[in-house]
Amino acid sequence: MADPAIEIDDPEHDVQSAAITESRAARGVLMAIVFAFLGIFLVLPLIIVFQQALAKGIGAYFTALGDGDTRAAIRLTLIVAAIAVPLNVVFGLAAAWAIAKFEFKGKAFLTTLIDLPFSVSPVISGLVYVLLFGAQSALGPWLKAHGVEILFAVPGIVLATIFVTFPFVARELIPLMQEQGTGDEEAALSLGASGWQTFWYVTLPNIKWGLLYGVLLCNARAMGEFGAVSVVSGHIRGQTNTMPLHVEILYNEYNAVGAFAVASLLAGLALVTLVLKTVLEMRYGAEIAAARGH
Amino acid sequence: MTTTSAAAGWRFRQPSVIPGFGLTLGFSLVYLTLIILIPLSGLAWRSAALGWADFWRIVLDPRTVKALEISFGTALIAAAVNVVFGTVVAWVLVRYRFPGRRIVDAMVDLPFALPTAVAGIALTTLYAPNGWLGAPLMALGVKVAYTPLGIVMALIFIGLPFVVRTVQPIIEEIDREVEEAAATLGASRFQTITRVLAPGLLPAIVTGFALAFARGVGEYGSVIFIAGNLPKISEIAPLLIVIRLEEYNYAAATAIAAVMLALSFLMLLVINLLQSWSRRRYG
Repeated sequence: MADPAIEIDDPEHDVQSAAITESRAARGVLMAIVFAFLGIFLVLPLIIVFQQALAKGIGAYFTALGDGDTRAAIRLTLIVAAIAVPLNVVFGLAAAWAIAKFEFKGKAFLTTLIDLPFSVSPVISGLVYVLLFGAQSALGPWLKAHGVEILFAVPGIVLATIFVTFPFVARELIPLMQEQGTGDEEAALSLGASGWQTFWYVTLPNIKWGLLYGVLLCNARAMGEFGAVSVVSGHIRGQTNTMPLHVEILYNEYNAVGAFAVASLLAGLALVTLVLKTVLEMRYGAEIAAARGH
Repeated sequence: MTTTSAAAGWRFRQPSVIPGFGLTLGFSLVYLTLIILIPLSGLAWRSAALGWADFWRIVLDPRTVKALEISFGTALIAAAVNVVFGTVVAWVLVRYRFPGRRIVDAMVDLPFALPTAVAGIALTTLYAPNGWLGAPLMALGVKVAYTPLGIVMALIFIGLPFVVRTVQPIIEEIDREVEEAAATLGASRFQTITRVLAPGLLPAIVTGFALAFARGVGEYGSVIFIAGNLPKISEIAPLLIVIRLEEYNYAAATAIAAVMLALSFLMLLVINLLQSWSRRRYG
């Protein structure tokens, strides 16, 4: 972001830049287009979620949220995120350490492989686990005989969620750690710090905001994932239904208040994510990887 | 744990005093292999096991062809719309100062943060024949929900941030002196934008287009509610995979997925080539 001083609208600055900006009319038209477009495509969908959730009053809203199956869905979503996100954090840290701190053959290829899940349809991300663990596979019957349930159970949902959220932390940390180089770590090591000490006291403080940023995005996707989880879940109410899947079931049962009540919680999560993300970008922009967005 | 084995003969990595290479790379590779590579190669193996004739019989089935056409066609239209509006949004966010700019900027990421199922039911309610936008459009004779147009609307929502976030940093980097020079030499503002600035933005716009397109092709959650899902009319390829799976027709699900994946990888390759090309040319 530019120096805040430049953002102040002083008339002199305006006169200077008159030749390199659009006419007042053109600016007005462009602004109107942007507000209309974003209003229709972003703001209205968000408003309607809360409007529909509260359509039958605040009492109906809380009744819908208090439903046993809804609470089971909330619990499952929290459990899945609590397993998937930390695993991807450990992976992200390890991958970024290897890729950013060392020069080795095949590094570019490895970086491309890490981004792979972003270019795979969520449905296919679920399908690959069905093919691996399903009843028709080589592994499926063996696992079943040994009492291990992966598909249509929590482990399958966790695996599918890990798959789709796999790149989030790593792709925030890799450019950040590459930019920071290895000078700090080399200094710590030469002063006698061990590898772990160097990581905990030197590297981690350097990357903490970037890491938090990655965790935030990873968590939002983990809690909101629909396609991949839908394929492996089996949709058993109260057992293998995550919040997004529960939204679908309620919606298809024409329970609009119920569906939008659960949806409003997910929309709230999205808004909190956006606020935290913006705060991080504003306050620690320089300490977060230069590559914003995806 | 230090890895020295690979250093024999040809040098696998440059020497470094920093520890942990073997541990971190080893863990990363094992995790990557277990979570991503084995499951994905399982898909490749299963589709190869189908045999050439069976594979093409499934892929060339009219319903499959139509579903792929719908997925790729609607994603293409949505990405094209996003290129136009996304570039304008990026321009306004970088160049203009107005109250609430920060909030508008943050809102652009909403499609990244909002779960697709939530977006799906919200858009469907908006565009349904009795919805806030659906009713007036219906009066004009335009039906959005439960038609391919509805799919396009959902994919515009999903793809918007890809274009804005790809183009925005490039606009931020534009050297204002270039514009001043163009203006000094007598170019009108319109000429400056189309002849001087647009060529520099083109690689980013193309990359944003490709990213939005790739995401749109595979999109499922936000589409299935609004699409109506009529076979050969508004049934997308990812939904057809789910339908085949529910019929226990694993062969068909696998074959459709393999075709989609092959096309996605092709696009990933094109994106990477475009990015390295634009970096070479404009970086």
